[in-house]
Amino acid sequence: MTRQTVDLRPSTEPPLPRPRPLASLVTRPQVIALAAVLFVNWLLFPGFFTVTWQDGRLFGSLIDVLNRGAPVAILAIGMTMVIATKGVDLSVGAVMAISGAVAAVMVTSGYPAWLAVLAALGAGLVCGLWNGILVTLLEIQPIIATLVLMVAGRGLAQLITEGYIVTFSDPVLIFIGTGSFLGFPMPVVIAFTLMLLATLIVRRTALGLLIEAVGINRSAARFAGLSSGALLLIVYTFAGFCAAVSGLIVAGDIRGADANNAGLWLELDAILAVVIGGTSLMGGRFSIPMAVLGAMIIQAMNTGILISGFSPEFNLVVKSAVIIVILVLQSPLSARLFRRLPGKSQ
Amino acid sequence: MNVFKALALCAGLGGLLLSAAYAEGLQGKVIGFSQIGSESGWRAAETSVTKQVAAELGIDLKFADAQQKQENQIKAIRGFIAQGVDAILVAPVVATGWEEVLTEAKEAGIPVVLLDRGIEGPEDLYLTSVASDQVKEGRVAGEWLVGAVGDKQCNVVELQGTVGSSPAINRKQGFEEAIAGKANLTIIRSQTGDFTRSKGKEVMEGFIKAEDGGKNICAVYAHNDDMAVGAIQAIKDAGLKPGSDILVVSIDAVPDIFAAMVAGEANATVELTPNMAGPAFEALDAYLNNGTVPPKFIITESKLYTPADDPQGEYERRKGLGY
Repeated sequence: MTRQTVDLRPSTEPPLPRPRPLASLVTRPQVIALAAVLFVNWLLFPGFFTVTWQDGRLFGSLIDVLNRGAPVAILAIGMTMVIATKGVDLSVGAVMAISGAVAAVMVTSGYPAWLAVLAALGAGLVCGLWNGILVTLLEIQPIIATLVLMVAGRGLAQLITEGYIVTFSDPVLIFIGTGSFLGFPMPVVIAFTLMLLATLIVRRTALGLLIEAVGINRSAARFAGLSSGALLLIVYTFAGFCAAVSGLIVAGDIRGADANNAGLWLELDAILAVVIGGTSLMGGRFSIPMAVLGAMIIQAMNTGILISGFSPEFNLVVKSAVIIVILVLQSPLSARLFRRLPGKSQ
Repeated sequence: MNVFKALALCAGLGGLLLSAAYAEGLQGKVIGFSQIGSESGWRAAETSVTKQVAAELGIDLKFADAQQKQENQIKAIRGFIAQGVDAILVAPVVATGWEEVLTEAKEAGIPVVLLDRGIEGPEDLYLTSVASDQVKEGRVAGEWLVGAVGDKQCNVVELQGTVGSSPAINRKQGFEEAIAGKANLTIIRSQTGDFTRSKGKEVMEGFIKAEDGGKNICAVYAHNDDMAVGAIQAIKDAGLKPGSDILVVSIDAVPDIFAAMVAGEANATVELTPNMAGPAFEALDAYLNNGTVPPKFIITESKLYTPADDPQGEYERRKGLGY
């Protein structure tokens, strides 16, 4: 019985670094969904794929999707790991607000930008560690443990900014939000780098396997000799770090820390991105690149709605309709149906 | 620094006071003020302006912060009644549930003035209400644009507030009324920016891409200044000049839009005045000293500000108010 549950096999769907035929990648529901959303965007607005070079950077709707999707993508990287351990982190939106507030208040009080960035990232790490401690040491359920910081965190951010929108003109912070590297917006570069590093670390080391083991059965993993507590601490702290990076980007983008609105409800978008990416909320199997893809699907949809010219009353309805279609495509039922299609049988 | 701030504040308030006709009538009067809380920068400004105006008039203002809760407001009002204040100002957090406590105030003979929001219930429960006219704000913004573009063909994009919120509905309506019948002005795109900077920027980015890199847009109308500030950044990122390539008109008159005007990046804003207490005190003065019953609804002025109205000075004046 116990033997059965201690299932330490690696995920049945091997992640990025392993060589994989291109065909299996393009038939993934996420890739099909993204292609479909982009196609609809193109139908609504024929100039959607036009990317031009302007003022030393790429310019176009497609770049907007990448750029605007980056903050949620970064959140999703951390969130994937948390969800893989059968947890959830509701506080990431509030941590974004804290990180932005810390950075903005520090540069406006005259501290150098590098120190402000370090302090903001540090604040994110501390917030993540706090969540981790509540989950591991006090054994509070993750949804409640992180709900605490979700509520209190925004208040903290408001305390830091004293309720103002703290605007700054520091070139380094603004560069993080709106600069460009090799023509790509900085947020995209940061998100891509973080995704690559995180994927390499979890897949080239045993870390990914251990996270999956804890997610599938925490006690079993502990009996197998894993220090699951330490692992959870690391995972939640990493999620806090990702949220802080995201918060810096959002603050840099509008050149100000808006404690009331920065990252508001983005934790839900991040969870959605992870779920669209095929990671189960029951823990276990996970994929970081697919979660990032999920964030891009969400953003492609948002950008599509903006350029479509629908009246804003439709936004949420359209968004949820598309999400339902994607989730149905991914459901076990449709997976079974797909498998029965001729030519796809094993 | 603080002295300068205080000086700027006093100078600003001097300007904000609409009339110098306050008699010494309210000198020494005790007035309770039940404020909602500090949900937004504007509300913080309203609180600080109210305190300043009261101090100038020699009013003993009892301030109660309700932290967004109606029960706290009701408690505060009961407290004011028990203290036997001369009048009560309330910025009601919700529209319903005031009959009981306001009847108590009425029975105690204490006049109540509502600030910036109305309530549902019999009108005889309060002396008067002071509020802005959101439809008029939109109309003033639209009229400015009509005057600014003349007969030129002009495609307008609109950044709406939160879907379904009353400022979004009313400011949209007012603007549409103002440009109705002008064939050269058309709203080509309208989306919600949720009253925030980041959404304002994101939506404007989308509009610019969808309208030939922004060449097809002549003006942006934002339901609040924060979205306009975001839109200005999006326009700049697209390599266009906000304020000249694309005109920017918005509502609220927060300090940052004046900073944008100084930089030549915003063209006009309509003030939602934080000085709701000024007209309220005026009405109370007339009522308490002469028995003059004010009209039931006092509408504050929706003043238009353009770069011709000393934006640098307005910025300095408003900066310390808590926006």
